[in-house]
Amino acid sequence: MMATTLWMMLDVLLALLCLALGWAAVSSHDLRRSVVFFIAFGLLLAIVWARLGAPDLALAEAAIGAGLSGALLLAALRDEPGGTLDDDVSRGPLATAVSLLVVVLGTVFAWVVWQTIDVADPVRMADRISGELSGSGVSNPVTAVLLNFRAYDTLLELAVLLAAVLGILALGPARTPYQPAGPLFDGLMRWLVPLLMLTAGYLLWAGAHAPGGAFQAGAMLAAAGVILRLGGDTNSGLPRPGMVRRVLVSGIAAFLLVGLSTMITGRDFLEYPDGWAGTLILLIETAAMLAIAATLVLAYVGGRPDGWREGPGDLDIAGDGGPR
Amino acid sequence: MTEAFALALLVSGIGFFVAGSVGILRLPDLHSRLHALTKADNLGLGLLCAGLALLEGSLLIAAKLFFIWLLVLAASAAAAHLIAQQSLRQGTK
Amino acid sequence: MMLFEELLYAIVGVGLFSLGLRGALLRRSLLGRVLAINICGAGVFLLLIAIAYRGPGLAPDALPHALVLTGIVVAVSATALALALGRRLRETDDE
Repeated sequence: MMATTLWMMLDVLLALLCLALGWAAVSSHDLRRSVVFFIAFGLLLAIVWARLGAPDLALAEAAIGAGLSGALLLAALRDEPGGTLDDDVSRGPLATAVSLLVVVLGTVFAWVVWQTIDVADPVRMADRISGELSGSGVSNPVTAVLLNFRAYDTLLELAVLLAAVLGILALGPARTPYQPAGPLFDGLMRWLVPLLMLTAGYLLWAGAHAPGGAFQAGAMLAAAGVILRLGGDTNSGLPRPGMVRRVLVSGIAAFLLVGLSTMITGRDFLEYPDGWAGTLILLIETAAMLAIAATLVLAYVGGRPDGWREGPGDLDIAGDGGPR
Repeated sequence: MTEAFALALLVSGIGFFVAGSVGILRLPDLHSRLHALTKADNLGLGLLCAGLALLEGSLLIAAKLFFIWLLVLAASAAAAHLIAQQSLRQGTK
Repeated sequence: MMLFEELLYAIVGVGLFSLGLRGALLRRSLLGRVLAINICGAGVFLLLIAIAYRGPGLAPDALPHALVLTGIVVAVSATALALALGRRLRETDDE
């Protein structure tokens, strides 16, 4: 019983820290401080995921939620003109009314959640998933759900990512690049980037039987791209624009190819044939990893990279007859 | 026996982390705070990794933890250097 | 049957959602609002994973895990799009 009390104390501590860091991130007057608190919050959330038995999520949260999100917000801070870094929360009677409303809403939500989860003997998907796991081609249940049982949802998610990156590309050129790195960062980069690529490959392979998978591996590659950009590489590790376009759609293309070929052989869309599931999942995951990595790097870059050739039908937004 | 030793390592590691955090809060300027941050936290992490490796007992896991410590060492040293260089350039304290 | 951890983290998730909602409504700059919406998202994820937890011995429900994994990646790309839109808005305001 000592062990459960200690675990309970740890849980209460983590919960209070979560709320405290969330509060600090949301109501700090200095935007820089808010961003740093947000990064710390992301890392704490990764620990909470590990505590709740979600190691895949812990990896993804640390890499994407804290790491890439943090880098993105820090780069956006750089865009902000200097005077607006002090961000006052609105004051006044309307603001107090909104706060009160949010408190009431939150209490009602909390009560509803409490009543809803206090259900006797609920039906859990976990048993059904573990029952079907042996035929799914992988032994990591999260990968099985993502790429076999709910593969269609993952396909649509890759489409959402593509839509976001198309929006980012359409909105303008990239953020200002960084100057070439000094010897220290250059040396660090030379060690980190190959290591990140190796780890990405390992996570992709290990995703079939251990925590990992395409999303975490894509995030590692994106981190390598971000490091390259910070070290002065204007391409951020991306290939030439024509290749980047192909890589961006390769995730969805792999899904569609596999799905259509299963349909040709008489099954449903994305219903893998017996014995082939593991191989097909690895194929789709590889393409998805590259697509996710390119998407996240372009998201960090913030727009069209250098040398992105304009098409003949591009909008003339600036109105001066040029390509933009 | 190993558990007691591992517990001692973990507790001292946490002690170093606490010392580093107190240093960040109480030291007067940026450079001394960087000092507290990198030195105390790196040593604290090393002791934590050693304690965890003892608890696990497997050589592979100990090697992985050691490698993680080396990576954090390199990253925090580089970050501290870059921060200090930038602050010298900008003249911030 | 409800676990202590499940209830605790679910309530924390609702609390984070409320904090984020308040920040999204009251903050003045786009970056601050985007940050607050991300905190909202984190609260929702915490709620989902708390429900998926089944106890120290049993394997958790993998379905909410997959949903939240998808959600984390979509949240970061939506954040990137929002920040790019904000940058473009600022540029067109200056022209």
